[in-house]
Amino acid sequence: MKTSRTQIADGVYLTYLPTRKFKTGLLSAQFVTPLRKETASAYALLPAVLRRGTVCYPDMGLLSAELDRLYGAQISYTVRKKGESQCMGFVASFIDESFVPGGERLLEPVASLLGELICEPVTRSGRFLPAYVEGERENLVDAIRGIRNDKRDYADLRLLQEMCTGERYGISRLGDEQSARKLSVAKLYAGYTELISSARLELFYCGSAAMERVEQALLEALSALPRERVREIFPPEKHPARKTPREVTETLDVTQGKLGMGFSCGSDDATGLLLGNTIFGGSSNSKLFLNVREKLSLCYYASSVYHRSKGLITVSSGIEFEDVEQARDEILTQLKMVQEGRLEDWELEGARSTLLNSYTTLGDSQARLENFYLGQLATASEQTPEDQAAELREATLEQVLAAMNTVSLDTVYFLKGNEVTE
Amino acid sequence: MKPSFYERIGETVYREKLPNGLQICVLPKPEFAKSYAFFATRYGGMDTRFCLNGKWLDTPAGIAHYLEHKMFDTKEGNALQKLAQNGAEPNAFTSNAMTGYYFDSTRNFEENLAILLSFVSVPYFTEESVAKEQGIISQEIRMIEDDPDWQLYTRMLKALYQNSTARTPVAGSIESIKEITVQTLYDCHKAFYTPSNMILTVVGPVDPIHVVDIARRILPLDGGPVIARDYGTEPEEVAQKRTSIAVEVSTPQFLRGFKCRPAEEGEAYLRRQMIGEMACDILMGDSSPLYLRLYGEGRVNGSFGSAFEMMPGVAYLYAGGDCKEPEAVSDAIMEEAARLEREGIEEAYYQRVRRACLGSALRGLNSFENMAVTLTEGYFHGFDAFRFLQLFDSITKEDVAGFLKESIVEERSALSLVVPKA
Repeated sequence: MKTSRTQIADGVYLTYLPTRKFKTGLLSAQFVTPLRKETASAYALLPAVLRRGTVCYPDMGLLSAELDRLYGAQISYTVRKKGESQCMGFVASFIDESFVPGGERLLEPVASLLGELICEPVTRSGRFLPAYVEGERENLVDAIRGIRNDKRDYADLRLLQEMCTGERYGISRLGDEQSARKLSVAKLYAGYTELISSARLELFYCGSAAMERVEQALLEALSALPRERVREIFPPEKHPARKTPREVTETLDVTQGKLGMGFSCGSDDATGLLLGNTIFGGSSNSKLFLNVREKLSLCYYASSVYHRSKGLITVSSGIEFEDVEQARDEILTQLKMVQEGRLEDWELEGARSTLLNSYTTLGDSQARLENFYLGQLATASEQTPEDQAAELREATLEQVLAAMNTVSLDTVYFLKGNEVTE
Repeated sequence: MKPSFYERIGETVYREKLPNGLQICVLPKPEFAKSYAFFATRYGGMDTRFCLNGKWLDTPAGIAHYLEHKMFDTKEGNALQKLAQNGAEPNAFTSNAMTGYYFDSTRNFEENLAILLSFVSVPYFTEESVAKEQGIISQEIRMIEDDPDWQLYTRMLKALYQNSTARTPVAGSIESIKEITVQTLYDCHKAFYTPSNMILTVVGPVDPIHVVDIARRILPLDGGPVIARDYGTEPEEVAQKRTSIAVEVSTPQFLRGFKCRPAEEGEAYLRRQMIGEMACDILMGDSSPLYLRLYGEGRVNGSFGSAFEMMPGVAYLYAGGDCKEPEAVSDAIMEEAARLEREGIEEAYYQRVRRACLGSALRGLNSFENMAVTLTEGYFHGFDAFRFLQLFDSITKEDVAGFLKESIVEERSALSLVVPKA
C-alpha cells in the first residue's frame, strides 16, 4: 500500500493515504476555487447550507440519526483558505471497520452520504430551502463578526488585510459581512451549480481500506456530479513589497495590546525562508521567544509565521500598550540578528530539527495529512512532505542568510485599548 | 513489567510501579514516527492549601502554574531549549488538579526522556528568574482576561461554588502572583513533585524496559510523604444564581452550569464521568431533539455545546454558546429535562446515542496526548481508563435518567453571561 494521487473523473482527484494505525478512517471532499471577494461569502455559506439536508435525509435530525447509526460517524463542513484558493467541502471521520461489532461496512455508507451532501441537496422549486439559507446566512454573519472575539486571531487577520489590500490573499476565508448579508436563495443556488460543475474536486482517504474499494465507493457516491470546463488552480501572486512601511492603529476595548508586523520576502527560496523564520520566531527556541518574551518579559507570546505559498512573514505578539515601541524595536533587532548571521551554533540545527520533526510526524495524524496535501494541491505545489524534508536537510547557513536578507518590513498593525484619561 | 491487552480497543499497556512509588505506563506504538512522554503530578490550580511537615500552608492563587513555568529553568540553563535543540517539541500545562510536562520527538527519545525526568524533579529557582517570570505571566493573564470564553467559564465556576478552590483561576491574578516567592515555590515542589504523587506515561515506538530503566536511574529513591490538601467545604447550594459581564464581543454568550454531586474515587468515578457525558448527549447533544429544534429555529448555532467535568470534590455539567437570547435558551434546557423526566428517554434514541458514544470514545484513542492524559487521570482517581468499554456496557438508560433528574434542576444551577459592550 502506497500513497497515491489518481484522477478518477474529469477534474476529480483522489489522494489515497493508506494506513492501519488509526482507530478511524478519514474521507474528505474539497472543492478548490480562486479566493475572490465577489464569491468568498457565497462559497463559505454553501457547505453549511448543504449540511442541513439531502433528498434522502432532508433535515439535520435525520442526518444525525444516520450518523449515530454509523457508530457516531462525523461529517463536518469546512471552509479553508490555502494560498489564494478557497477550499470548501466536507471531512468525514468514522471508526475503522475492525472495531465495528459484526463487521458492518462503514466506508460505503459514509461515502454515499458525502456524495449526497454534495450532489443531492434538498430543494424546493429548484432552489435551496429558504429557511436553511436564512439560518446559515445568519450563522455566517455571526461567525464573521465573531472573529474579533478572539483578539489574537482578529489582529492576525487585520494585519493580513492591511498588508494585502487589493490582493486576494487579504480576503478572509469567510468573505465579508456586507456580501454575506446580501446572499439570496436564488443567487446561492446559481453559485452552487457553478461551483460543483467547474471547480476542481480533491478527494482524500486515509485509512485501512484498499484503493480499489475507496475509488469504487467514491465513484458511485459522486456519479451525479456535473462536470464541465473545470478550472485550473494557480499559485498565489507575489506580494509587491512596500518601500515605506504602512502603519495602522486600531482601538478596541481590550486590556492587552496586540502588535502585528508583516514582512515581504524578496527571495523565492522557500526552504531558506522557512528555516530563517523558524530561527527568527517560529518556535519556542526562536530569537523572538528567547528575547522578547524570556529576556525582556515583554509578552506572553511573540512568534512569527512564514506564509510559504505567498512569500510573507508575519509576527504576532501580545503586549502592554506602552511597550509597543520597545517591542517593535526588539522584533526588528532580532530580525537583523538573523540577517547578519549572528546565531549561536545550535540555532540553525535546532530550527532544522524542529521542522524535520514536524514533517516526520505528519503521518501520525489524519487531520494533518489531509490538511497538508490539500494545501499543496490548492497552491499548485507538487512537493510531498519527503521532498520538503530532503530540501531542509540540505539547506546551508549561507542559503538561509541570503534568503532572510531579502526580508523587509512592510506593514505594522497595532491594536490598542481605549485611552483612559485620569 | 506486566502487559495488559485491551482487546476491544486494540491497545496494550505495560505498567510498573517503582519502589519510590512512581507509576509508569507504556503504550508501544511501533507504527508511529513520534514518541510522546507525559510526566504529571497530582497538583494543580486548586491545591493552594495543604499540610507540609505538620504545618498547614496557604499559598497564593496561581502558584502551581507559576511553578510549571519556572521548572524549565535548570542550573545549566533552560530545559525547554535543551529539549528543542535535541529534536523534541516540549511543553507543559497546568489544570485545576494536575500539572503535566511533555514532549514528542522522532529521535533521541531516551535522551529526551532523561532530560524531562531530570528537570521536573530537580528545582532550580533564583530571585532574579522568579521576578522576571512575573512580566510574562502577567501578560498571559491579561491575554486570557480578554478571552470571553475564559471569562464565561471562570465566572460560572465562581457562581457555582462557594468555598471550593475550584473557584480559583489556574493562573491566579496579577495581584496574587506578586506574592509568590522562591521559598513558596520550593515548598510546593517539595510537597507535590515526589515520585509517589506522579505518573509517567509514554506512547510510541519505544521499548517499555528502557523507559523504566531511565526512570529508575534519574528519579529520587525517596517517594515522598502523602500530602493532605484542603479544597474547602462545599455546601450543596450554588454561590450565585446569575453573573454577567460586558466585554468586547459581537454576540452574547452564555453558560449554564449545574452543580452535581461529586463522585467517589475508583471505577465509580469513571462510571459517573461516562453517565454525565451520556446525559449531556441525550439532553442536548448534536442529535438531540432540543438541539435540533433550537438550531432549526436559529436560536443557537454550531458553537452550542455541553460537557461534564469532575475534579476533586467537584462535579458539574454545563452548556452554552453564542446566543442572542441566552435566558430563553437556558430555560429551554430546563424544559427539555422536565420533559425527559415526564415522558422518559425513548429507547431507540437512547440506543443510537449509545452507539455514537462508542464511536467518539474510540476516536479519542487516535491522539497520544489524549490517551496519556486519560490514563493519568484514571491513575489519580483510582481507575483504569482503558476499561471504559466494559463500564459502558454496565450503564443503563435508568442511570442516565436518574442523573438528569437529580442534576438538571433549578436549585443546582447558575447562569453566566457575557454581553457586548454598549
